Amino acid sequence: MVDFGFSLLKARQINYDHNDRSIAGYIYEREPSFRLCIECGGCSATCTTGNFTRFSLREINILIKRGENEEVRHEIRKCMLCGKCTLVCPRGVNTRNVITLAKEAFQKRGINAI
Amino acid sequence: MKETGKRKIWSDYQKEIADDHFFYVRSCIRQSFFPGSETFFLDFMRNVLGKDVYENPSHTTCTGIGYHSDIVPFQTIMTVVARHFALMKESGYKNIAISCVTSFGIYTEILETWKHFPEELEKTREYLYKATGRVFDIPENMAHTSDIIFKFRSEIAEKGKFRLINKLTGKPLNVVEHIGCHYAKMFPKSGVGGAEFPNVLGGMVESWGGNVVDYPERRHCCGFGFRQYLVQANRGYSLSNTVKKFSSMKPYKPDFILTNCPGCNMFMDKWQYTMKEMDGTVYGENGESIPVLTYEELAGLVMGYNPWDLGLQYHMVQSEPLLKKLGIEYDPDDKFRTKDGRQMPVPKNLINA
Repeated sequence: MVDFGFSLLKARQINYDHNDRSIAGYIYEREPSFRLCIECGGCSATCTTGNFTRFSLREINILIKRGENEEVRHEIRKCMLCGKCTLVCPRGVNTRNVITLAKEAFQKRGINAI
Repeated sequence: MKETGKRKIWSDYQKEIADDHFFYVRSCIRQSFFPGSETFFLDFMRNVLGKDVYENPSHTTCTGIGYHSDIVPFQTIMTVVARHFALMKESGYKNIAISCVTSFGIYTEILETWKHFPEELEKTREYLYKATGRVFDIPENMAHTSDIIFKFRSEIAEKGKFRLINKLTGKPLNVVEHIGCHYAKMFPKSGVGGAEFPNVLGGMVESWGGNVVDYPERRHCCGFGFRQYLVQANRGYSLSNTVKKFSSMKPYKPDFILTNCPGCNMFMDKWQYTMKEMDGTVYGENGESIPVLTYEELAGLVMGYNPWDLGLQYHMVQSEPLLKKLGIEYDPDDKFRTKDGRQMPVPKNLINA
């Protein structure tokens, strides 16, 4: 193989043909309020973890829906499950349960997300 | 016929293209890498259609590559372009025909600037007069040469000897058309079909019997992007763009790619070689790569010109598989032979050869 002095970069596109969105499906089934999320970011604004780190529940919600699971697996470990996000959600999404279900879905696939 | 939907919107994007008396400005890349294209255009316009196309030997580069590399300032490129307009005025022409999409983008950008900032136009007049003693007029009509071939596509179809039909299967050839970003993405009104429904190449393909492939990354950049390419270490950005596009078109099994931009043609052609050398990936069928043609080369093939006179052998990806599909006969021994019969050196590493 020839080395031309540069390399091919990994694509950063969100490819719905390749992404596994079954984690999102698992959550939708058990916590239907997840569908109501409008990604306003109220959960992130009130999050204690997010106050001290770049953890964002809003971002996690989007990543779960896109099937970008590897990032989700790393991020949800930071959640302390305090539930303040659930109290402020204007759409009544049980956000705390979304996180626990995501962890559960990963565990059922044999992937450590705790 | 009542036109609805996309066809209706498409009709809103019609562009005025002059019919005759063109002042022709060449492209740096095209006359170096695919010289047969410009030769065909001039021969076709002058000798087949009988049009008046004039070239001024004092015409220079538009400095577009330098401008997009942040080397040439905007005031400088405006003055260079103003000089071209002055040459046109001195030669007695009012319609400019531009061979290069980069130049076309530069010209449209400058004309748009002068429209919104007349003081820049006055400053440019002053710079040009002080530097050269020349004065200029703004062209009455500005067309890219693909616009002109598009305008005369029916004449080419009528006079043509070949259709874009696969002789081996009897089906229309699958054609990927790729339009340069600087053709209409910056100023949609300057292109046939605007930025949403650019039909300048698709119209040619349909007129000549081919099937235009509509694939997901159809309007994606070819990957050239000037800055991405100029520094060797950054060329991965350029290549990655091209790979994204090729991966998207591969399932549609295109028989060839048609371009109207010199940079697109060069990069979609040469990056296929690079990918093949880097990790063995090819994007055509049967382990072959996809030939990349200019619209003039394709028009020439349809008209029955000799493929070697059109310069198809100067591409990295060779076109013999396509010529067989079209049923065009060619002499392999003439491929790298000069007009007076001398054998030229044969390049190594050609693909599909």
